Amino acid sequence: MKADPSGVLTGRHYFDGNHACCEGALAAGCRFAAGYPITPSTEVVERIAKRFPHLGGVFIQMEDEIASSIALQGAVWAGKKAMTVTSGPGLSLMMEHIGLAAITETPCVFVDVQRGGPSTGLPTLPGQADMMQARWGSHGDYELIALAPSSPQECFDYTVDAFNLAETYRVPVMMMMDECVGHMTERVDIPAAETIEVTPRRYTTKKKGEFKPFEPGENMVPDMAKAGDGLRFHVTGLTHDERGYPVINAQAQDKLIRRLVDKIRLQADRIVRYEEDAVENADVIVVSYGITYRVALRAIEMARAKGVKVGSHRLVVCWPFPEKRIRELAARGKPIVMAEMNLGQMYWELERCAAGKCKTALVSHAGGTVHNPEVIYNAIMEAVR
Amino acid sequence: MSEALAKKRKIQKYLGNVEVKIEHCKGCGFCVEFCPTGALELSKSFNKKGYHPPMLVDQNYCNGCDLCGLYCPDFAIFGFRVGPNPNFKKDEKAK
Amino acid sequence: MSEQTNHTEGEPRVNPVLPYLREDRMPHIWCPGCGIGTTVNCFARALTESELDLDKVSIVSGIGCTGRVAGYMNLDAFHTTHGRPVAFATGLKLANPDLKVVVYSGDGDLMAIGGNHFIHACRRNIDMTIVCVNNFLYGMTGGQASSTTPDPATTTTAPYGAFEHTFNLPFLADSCGAVYVARWTTYHVRQITKAMKEALAKKGLSFIEIISPCPTLYQRRNKLGDGLQAMEYYRDNSVVKSGADTREVEIKYQGEIICGKFVDRERATWLDCYNTRNAAAIGARYRPYPWRENGEGGVK
Repeated sequence: MKADPSGVLTGRHYFDGNHACCEGALAAGCRFAAGYPITPSTEVVERIAKRFPHLGGVFIQMEDEIASSIALQGAVWAGKKAMTVTSGPGLSLMMEHIGLAAITETPCVFVDVQRGGPSTGLPTLPGQADMMQARWGSHGDYELIALAPSSPQECFDYTVDAFNLAETYRVPVMMMMDECVGHMTERVDIPAAETIEVTPRRYTTKKKGEFKPFEPGENMVPDMAKAGDGLRFHVTGLTHDERGYPVINAQAQDKLIRRLVDKIRLQADRIVRYEEDAVENADVIVVSYGITYRVALRAIEMARAKGVKVGSHRLVVCWPFPEKRIRELAARGKPIVMAEMNLGQMYWELERCAAGKCKTALVSHAGGTVHNPEVIYNAIMEAVR
Repeated sequence: MSEALAKKRKIQKYLGNVEVKIEHCKGCGFCVEFCPTGALELSKSFNKKGYHPPMLVDQNYCNGCDLCGLYCPDFAIFGFRVGPNPNFKKDEKAK
Repeated sequence: MSEQTNHTEGEPRVNPVLPYLREDRMPHIWCPGCGIGTTVNCFARALTESELDLDKVSIVSGIGCTGRVAGYMNLDAFHTTHGRPVAFATGLKLANPDLKVVVYSGDGDLMAIGGNHFIHACRRNIDMTIVCVNNFLYGMTGGQASSTTPDPATTTTAPYGAFEHTFNLPFLADSCGAVYVARWTTYHVRQITKAMKEALAKKGLSFIEIISPCPTLYQRRNKLGDGLQAMEYYRDNSVVKSGADTREVEIKYQGEIICGKFVDRERATWLDCYNTRNAAAIGARYRPYPWRENGEGGVK
């Protein structure tokens, strides 16, 4: 399906990442947003609050992030595409409803404009230290999808992708931005609506009585229903059967939770996305994502100028992690350097997948500003020494 | 059953009846206590869970008002009206 | 087996509450003498009398004994997280204003963990009905003290007796802006039914508190007898004072329970305000929400 032109601000713009993210959501068909003010993410909902009344959408500023993260799920079950926007401290509060969205298979988008943590940390300065929280923050076993844009243009593009992935797999999708990307202003090209692919919600065609809200369909994903259509369905955060009725035993748990996890793990090849450059003959590969990818590019240039064959592997989709590809790269036996704005998060995934097949190194950064490219350059040079 | 219950009992103008889903009853006694015509009592027998379900003492006392159904927290009983009660005498009212 | 009834002759008859229930989930989990089921009877009859299109009625619950109500109702039903049904319902209602949204939950869920959402929904005057079954403690988790446990009732977390000041729920709802506020006990089945019918018809946030027995945890622990004795207590100690000042309807331990309809007023809803404000600011170009022409606004 193509994007509804009313929400698409086609043209060449000069936007920061937060505004671009808002426009991406509108292009994707988002017509409900709930949020709570938090630096450095607030511009997203500020723009939404301004734009929605012209588009038939509703924005509500809720009393806290907990409320925002569940109000949006109410809106989804009423038939809207919906999102919320926050930063680390708010994301911490939203964890309970990431779990709810996972177990009730509610397609929705959470935008996290990352700042330095823990706790109040560095409200106005960047970090990439929510990566593990995004993946593992809610209790229990579940899977979700996370994307990491590195420019305002990607904030637009990936937000559209995030909504589409949410509909396809019925999982919460995380937009893992950071303060730099959110506040960096660059050219953003918004294409014509008829060139923007939008995944419609897959509603059931079944009637009341035959419809089971959690019966797996295409891609192991059940068809949706919405309130008011006469299907009289039941949705619960308890472990449930295909009818959506609570079943509190080990068998039901095994059946449901394995499907929730498998629908992502077994289809990871279709979800995983990365960008590579010159990895085939590389003597060292730099893995990075988000804003750090752009810093790493500078370091790679510097190393290449010294004659080092450096490849780049950049995560676009961080979760699920490109496990298979990293194993392949590691099997080459050449070192892999990872730069990220935390003290080691995605790096542990890298190390796990490398499984000792190659040397790995972390270029960590506690956050507050981006890496100095020199530091990444030094790590590259160290790795090939 | 209590004296208070017996006092409420008189032949009703309309004949009612109740239907009891015996196995759903948990024997709370709400229906018996709050039946405005005292028409119910807990039976001596048990259901499978060991509760005493209610029973109609005499159809003449039940006018089918369904207050039992409104009270029953287990959705196990409801009342309904059958029709005029041939046993009803006008002077019964005056008593 | 579980279908066994005393039915002997004539046409099969149906319990009037049955069409409103998910029969395949019966019997329910509530204890003998618990009043929650009684409130459900009233709700079912209120729905009948309201003549609402049940396909457009959604019920939202949180966690706890009363939190199970949504799961038993044959409606679009959402059993959400602990304390958050009001926030969920806010999203549901605003995304499709044609839905009639009812939140049905307990005192622990709505007023303690969910207190913030409750007061803000009242303040915003979101068009929904909130039914709070108040049994003075947390039932599902084993009888812990709640924000309504009166001094000196004992609970598992107040073994020497509760001592905190409690919420006076009608006053809370009233002061935060609810447009309809009533309190009844499970003894008052006809009055609950009427209140629910009025609440469903009311535009804006309507709130009904229903005092209900918890025989297993509150009654027994405090040596107050069983559910039936609680009902008799309600019958003998309730005072109906409709229009009472909500500041004066606080519940004391085994004191009188002031019941009635306390608040019934008009106040613009969140959505009314949203449209009024936007129309004023944006002018003639503004199309009131929900848009109805082209399927936008979740409404066809």
